[in-house]
Amino acid sequence: MRKDLQISNQEIVLHIKDLKKSFGDNHVLKGFNMNLYQGENLVIMGKSGSGKSVMIKCLVGLLEADSGLIRVMNKDITGLDQRALDILRADIGFLFQGSALYDSMTVRENLEFPLRRHKDKFDDNIDTEALVSEALENVGLLNAIDLMPSELSGGMKRRIALARTLILRPKIILYDEPTSGLDPITAKEIILLMQDIQKKYKTSSLIITHDVDCARAISDRMILLIDGIDYATGTFEELASNEDPKIKAFFKH
Amino acid sequence: MKGLQNIKSRILKFLIETGDIATFTSRFFSEVAKRPFEVKELLRQCYQMGNKSLLLVGITGFIIGLVLTLQTRPTLMEFGAESWMPSMVGISIVREIGPIITALVCAGRIGSGIGAELGSMRVTEQIDAMEVSGTNPFKYLVVTRVLAVTLMLPLLVLFGDAIALFGSYLVENLKGDVSFMLYFNKVFDALEFGDIIPATIKSFFFGLAIGIVGCYKGYNCKKGTEGVGKAANSAVVLTSLLLFVIDFIAVFVTDIFYDL
Repeated sequence: MRKDLQISNQEIVLHIKDLKKSFGDNHVLKGFNMNLYQGENLVIMGKSGSGKSVMIKCLVGLLEADSGLIRVMNKDITGLDQRALDILRADIGFLFQGSALYDSMTVRENLEFPLRRHKDKFDDNIDTEALVSEALENVGLLNAIDLMPSELSGGMKRRIALARTLILRPKIILYDEPTSGLDPITAKEIILLMQDIQKKYKTSSLIITHDVDCARAISDRMILLIDGIDYATGTFEELASNEDPKIKAFFKH
Repeated sequence: MKGLQNIKSRILKFLIETGDIATFTSRFFSEVAKRPFEVKELLRQCYQMGNKSLLLVGITGFIIGLVLTLQTRPTLMEFGAESWMPSMVGISIVREIGPIITALVCAGRIGSGIGAELGSMRVTEQIDAMEVSGTNPFKYLVVTRVLAVTLMLPLLVLFGDAIALFGSYLVENLKGDVSFMLYFNKVFDALEFGDIIPATIKSFFFGLAIGIVGCYKGYNCKKGTEGVGKAANSAVVLTSLLLFVIDFIAVFVTDIFYDL
């Protein structure tokens, strides 16, 4: 609660109110609410199939919400035309669960791809090569620049995907299960990398996960997504010591 | 009652899919003229689809030419009409067999390839990743592929026709001692623009059908890796069926023009 009070004076960069989304008779989100503050690391935790990925995809317009308000940097994304949405998306980085690297392109081409449409974010004499090198240096994989995604390990793919996310210098980064499918050591490296990036670029991060260790390491604040709603909010310690059986179930080892 | 219900739901599913493909096609036509033009990707796709299909189309065409001549020759000889062989083979290959066989071969190679590639990109969230990076994946992936196959197929058909005629000439040369010049003079004497132009126009539509169906199936792929296999498979099945429908319409329309 202390953390909430501390950040509540800061600018809200992402606001969701009463978000609802169903697939046929399956009501996944039943009125989800959240705020992400500038510079904050907010973790959304929930069981598999609880609607975390659906929520994050609604946030960037990959899925259309049935109802509710989504404001990203004070812009209602449901009211934006395609062009305006594309411009806004340049300020939102998205790290996909499976990395989603373009497998017919080299690492260099993967990183150059987002720059094709958003060169106007940079100076006229933008040095693409320098931007790519810098992004790869940030994730410690400059030597992988000419490799194909099929030649990379799971951890390397995640790092390259993070570099691709960073290349447009986003203000918000959305992480969809950043440590899933990775061994504990690589997962820890990814968490450290996320922390470094947050410090360096002063981004606000929304992290979707069901990995308690990841949540403990990175969260400033957490929301538990249970039964399609924001069931509980607080710091990791506050939620971990909560006696509610539904909340307790998340922190049992 | 249950059987009737089943038929009803199948008809409904067919109509919905037809509507979806029509919407997908209209989106292609609305996006194709809009900037930015993905020229580099278009050229890459033209190379992938055109150049890399040459061997397959060439071998198929060569065998078709050989077989057609070998099987027709005895019948024509019975009537003492073997001198008609080049004209008959030329017209049948250029008008009908060349375009349809090349299109069917390309539906198998290119259509299934597009379905599997885009399907795999869909299930591994690569298409979503393009979209959230602010790039239009439809323009980059679909428009380039459909355009490439539409442009390349007529060229592949011409190449396949030429190889088929060469195969036919080899048989004629071996069996009847016909010279290269004589054989091809007879072929070109028999052919008219009215044979070549409708076949070429038809090939553009064949290419468009292969591209649209392959892209539609892959782009809308669901259900993980199983879906990728289904996308590739159904792209070939639906395209093959569509090719014969387009062929029938093309022949029907050409026939009307001939009658005028």
